[in-house]
This record gives sequence, C-alpha cells and structure tokens, in this order.
Amino acid sequence: MVAHALAEAVTYPAVGASLDVERISHAFDIDGSVLPVLDDVNFSVKPGEFIALLGPSGCGKSTLLRLVAGLEAPRSGVLREDGDPVTGPFPSRVVVFQDPTLFPWRTVWNNVALGLEAQGILKSQRQRVDAALDLVGLSQFRNAYPHQLSGGMAQRVALARALVNDPKILILDEPLGKLDSLTRITMQAEIVALWQRKGFTTLLVTHDVEEALFLANRVIVFSDRPARIKADIAVDRPYPRHRGDPRLAELRRNILGLLGLDATW
Amino acid sequence: MSTYSASKTVALAQSAEEGAALSGRPLSLAVSFPAGGTGVFASLAWVGFGISCLWWPDIGDWTRTHQLAAAAFVIAGAIFLATVAGSRLGRFNAGLQRRAPWLLVSALFLTLWEAATAKFGWLPLPFFPPPQSIIEVYTDDLPKLLDSIIASVKLQLGGYVIGATVGFLTGVSIGWSRSVGYWVHPVLRFIGPLPATAWLPIAFFTFPSSWSASTFLIALATGFPVTVLTWSGVASVSNSYYDVARTLGAKPSFLVLKVAIPAALPHVFVGLFMGLGSSFAVLVVAEMIGVKAGLGWYLQWAQGWAAYANMYAALIVMSLLCSGAITLLFRTRDRLLIWQKGVVKW
Ligand SMILES: Nc1ncnc2c1ncn2[C@@H]1O[C@H](COP(=O)(O)OP(=O)(O)OP(=O)(O)O)[C@@H](O)[C@H]1O
Ligand SMILES: [Mg+2]
Repeated sequence: MVAHALAEAVTYPAVGASLDVERISHAFDIDGSVLPVLDDVNFSVKPGEFIALLGPSGCGKSTLLRLVAGLEAPRSGVLREDGDPVTGPFPSRVVVFQDPTLFPWRTVWNNVALGLEAQGILKSQRQRVDAALDLVGLSQFRNAYPHQLSGGMAQRVALARALVNDPKILILDEPLGKLDSLTRITMQAEIVALWQRKGFTTLLVTHDVEEALFLANRVIVFSDRPARIKADIAVDRPYPRHRGDPRLAELRRNILGLLGLDATW
Repeated sequence: MSTYSASKTVALAQSAEEGAALSGRPLSLAVSFPAGGTGVFASLAWVGFGISCLWWPDIGDWTRTHQLAAAAFVIAGAIFLATVAGSRLGRFNAGLQRRAPWLLVSALFLTLWEAATAKFGWLPLPFFPPPQSIIEVYTDDLPKLLDSIIASVKLQLGGYVIGATVGFLTGVSIGWSRSVGYWVHPVLRFIGPLPATAWLPIAFFTFPSSWSASTFLIALATGFPVTVLTWSGVASVSNSYYDVARTLGAKPSFLVLKVAIPAALPHVFVGLFMGLGSSFAVLVVAEMIGVKAGLGWYLQWAQGWAAYANMYAALIVMSLLCSGAITLLFRTRDRLLIWQKGVVKW
C-alpha cells in the first residue's frame, strides 16, 4: 500500500482524499494525572473539502491535527484516510505547523526539497521544488538562509515545503497566526486559489472566525478542553467570497455566540 | 514583491562588515599622510631596528647579528615599496594597511628586546637570549627542529583524528539511542572527567610503545569533550524538527544524518575546540615524559642543556602550530556553519 501510494504521489497531481475521524478521544499524562484533551470527536471530510476548525485556545485543536498527521496515536478511536486506517506519518498528509520550523542549516531551496529528499526522489524531481517556490513567490530567495527571511516569507517557505509533496490532505495549524493583517489577507486569497487549483482536502485550524468563513466549506466549532464538537456549520457561499457578504456576517455572529462571545455583539 | 536579491544583501552585509573592521583599526597614525602614512612609519621603525643591531657592539658572542640587521632592512624596504605601490597591489595593500600599526609596534618591540639583551644586558643572560640567537637556532639547528615538528604534528594529528571520530560517533549514539546511553553514560561519567595525563604512568607500561600510549592519551583528551558536546547537541535538537521531517516521509536514518547531526554541529565544534586545547596539553606532557621526539621533548632537551634560545625558538614554533590548528578548525566551522549568524571570528 505504501509503495502504491508513493508511486501515485509521484506521478499524478494529488487529488484530495477523504478523511474520517471516528470517535477519537485523547489524553495526556501530566505529573501522574490525566488531562483529557479530545472527547469523542467524530466527523468526516469529503475529498477536496476545506474544513476550518475553531475553538478556544488550549482546547486540543493542534493535538487533533497531530493525530491526523499520524505523529501520535489516539487513545481511542480510528482515523481513516480514503478508508485506510492512519498508522503513522505519511507524506500524503502534510502539516504546516504553527511555527514555520524551517531547518536553519538549509537554504530556502533545500528546505522546500526536504520531503522529496526524504522520500529519495529528489534527483528526478528537482523541477517540483522550483515550481513550489514559484508558487509562493520566493524563487529569488532560493539561496537565502532562514534567518535572512521575514516571518511572512518563512511561513510561505513552510507552505511551499508542504505543497511540493502534492499532498492529498493539507493540514494547516494557524499558518497565518503570526502575520500582519495585510500579508494575512493576501495569503488567504493565495491559499484559496491553490486549494481550488490542486483540489487537496484541507484542514485549517484558526483563531480567526472571519478567516474560517472566508476560506472553508465547513466550520467545525469545538468546546473548551476536552474538545467536543459544538457545531458543524456549512458555509454555503461560492468562491471568491467577499468579506462584506451579509450571509458571512450572520454566520460570524452565530459562531461568536457559540464561542461565548455574544456580549460583544 | 521587493526586487532585491538575497545574495546581494549578503554581499552588502559582508562588505559593510569589512568596512567597519577597516575604519575601526587601532592606532590610526595616518593623519598627516594622505595614504599609507603608517606604512612609512613602520618601514622607518624596521630601519631603526636594523641600525640598533649594528650601532652598538654585542656584549656576547653571536654569529647572526649582521644577518638580522640585513633582514630588518629588507623588511623595511619591502614595507616601503608596498606602501609606495599603494593601491596597485589591490587586496594585498589593504591587508598591509590594516597590519601597518602592528608592523610598527613589532619593530619597536624587537629594538627594545635587542637593546635590553644583546647590547646593554639589562635582562640577565642566558635566560633572556637576544633575537639573533633565536635566529641562530632556526638556521643551525634546523634539522632537529624540523624532525621535532614533524613528530609532534604526526602524533597530535593521529590522536586528535581518532579521538574526534570516536567521540563524535559515541556522542551521536548516546544522544540518539536510549540503550546505548544506558551503557555508555555511566562509563563516560566515571572516566571522562579524569585528566588524560593522570593515565600517563599506566599507559606507558600497558601500551606496546610510548607512541601508541601517547596517541591513546591524546585521543582520550580529545574524545571526552567531543562526546559530551555532540551528545548534548543531539539531545537538544527540538522535537518539532523531527515532526516536520517525519510528516514529510523521513526514515530514521534520515532523521539522524540530515536532522540530528546538522542541528548538533554547532555544539560539536565547541567540543572539537575544547578537545584541541586539552590534547595540546597532553601532547606536550607525553612528549616530555615518554616519547623521545617532538617539540615537547625538544623543550625538555633544551632545558637540560640550558639552551634557552632553543627553548624560546621551540615555544614560538609551538605557539604558531597550535594557533594554526585552531585557525584551521575555525575556518572549517565557518564554512560548514555558514547558516549561523554572529559566530566568533578567530
Ligand atoms: N505533549 C503534550 N504533553 C502534555 N500535554 C500536552 C501535550 N501537547 C498538548 N498538551 C496539552 O493539551 C492541551 C491542548 O493542546 P493543543 O496544543 O492541542 O491546544 P490548541 O487547541 O492547539 O491551542 P492553541 O489554539 O492555543 O494552539 C493543552 O492543555 C496542552 O497543555
Ligand atoms: Mg495549537
């Protein structure tokens, strides 16, 4: 199965995979006591769908993403990618972490090439690295080292490093959290364009309700820790969306209410 | 999208750094001279040194006084010509300009040394030999000195390379594998902190030759800091680097070779630097006590014959070699760790 999936990742442009999150619960042991983090989380994502996950800070969103990536195994429940259980990390599910975590000893180009190099296919696929750098508009900086980049540029390199693998599921953990609002808005538009062009399934964690509504097909709202699904809201508006759309404003009011912020409205 | 290129920025930053180094040079004597004023002064100082050799008679019996004076005049002439040729010499001239104050001060120092020893005997002989007697050592005792240098370099290089390699591999294995750590860590804690020289008496009768014993001791002195720092380097690699690599499909070998080791390299170089220092100490002691060759032995031998000029000559060579080794290490580091910002320049 692995070899098959790898061959597919190499030869075809990725098409989104479906993702089933089946009754996932997870907890951490801290100093002997158990900290429940995810409580019976259950949802499924259709191929090519764009899902935004919203919830209070520390509720367990990043933990859920780590489970989907296969970096940790859930205490109970099953995750399925295209029906096959997730048992470990695999380059068809790529994460862009909360921090860009570029390797400081590698140039921008070599950072983007990381996935192909790790899979041993870099030699024959070098043009994919160039293409990914073009995509995020950083071809000029291919030989720069991470400490020579701005925060927004570093985040774009991290995005290119993920995209070069042609993932079936792209996992984004607040990728725009630390950017200024101007860069944010540009990158949001870029992400939508990329997603529409490539057709991968996307899971996006964000703190920004507007961002979630601007980007996603569906917004899943979590409760406080341990995270439970509070609401699963379809955003039934076509792309490209407009920030002033009254329907989005209405949804935004709903979601803020779910997050306990109705007093501000 | 801004249009400046990253490589240009780097080049700019470098030339700015060079400019800062130039303008911050010490003893800027070139106030009244348009260019190369300090160079002219340095040249004059060397002439002065040459004259000081010839003007007064030597109070002792040294054969190289005239040659020393001649050499001083040659150096003075070379500095003068280079200064006059000025910008036509390009980078060489820039280097000369930067070093001119140092050339000036060293000529003054040599003059003072010459006067205090060979001419007026302010410093007691034979403990403070004049410059010409050290030149005499370099010309007349050259074969023996060369043999000693070769022996020292061979011993040091062999022990250091073995120690650094073993230390690096051990450090990576302890940092990476729990079970290796379980077995090696206690041994390391028990043996590592012991100064390698404490093993001297045992090593010299357990090893087949004093040469192999010394190699072992130098390797030991190098290996301990390299092991500990490599280990701490590997252990302190952030987990998020591994997470990134794993989600991109990295296998364990990739994680070790392409994540753990490059991330640990700055620590490894600190270990290599510390190991170099402590292995120099072991080298000299081992040569003095056991191996009948090398600069340490030469020092010992010179002391036995009260040949103080030979001792100073050997010390100067030794310091050049040690400094050269450290320069080489730092050059290698700068090349490998070009991605780090703000590293110490040696
Ligand atoms: N490796 C770990 N060991 C112990 N506890 C952990 C670990 N990782 C996360 N936690 C705990 O799990 C909880 C959820 O963490 P998580 O990072 O998933 O939150 P989050 O929803 O992503 O928050 P934020 O929006 O602030 O990033 C936190 O209370 C955190 O302390
Ligand atoms: Mg998080």
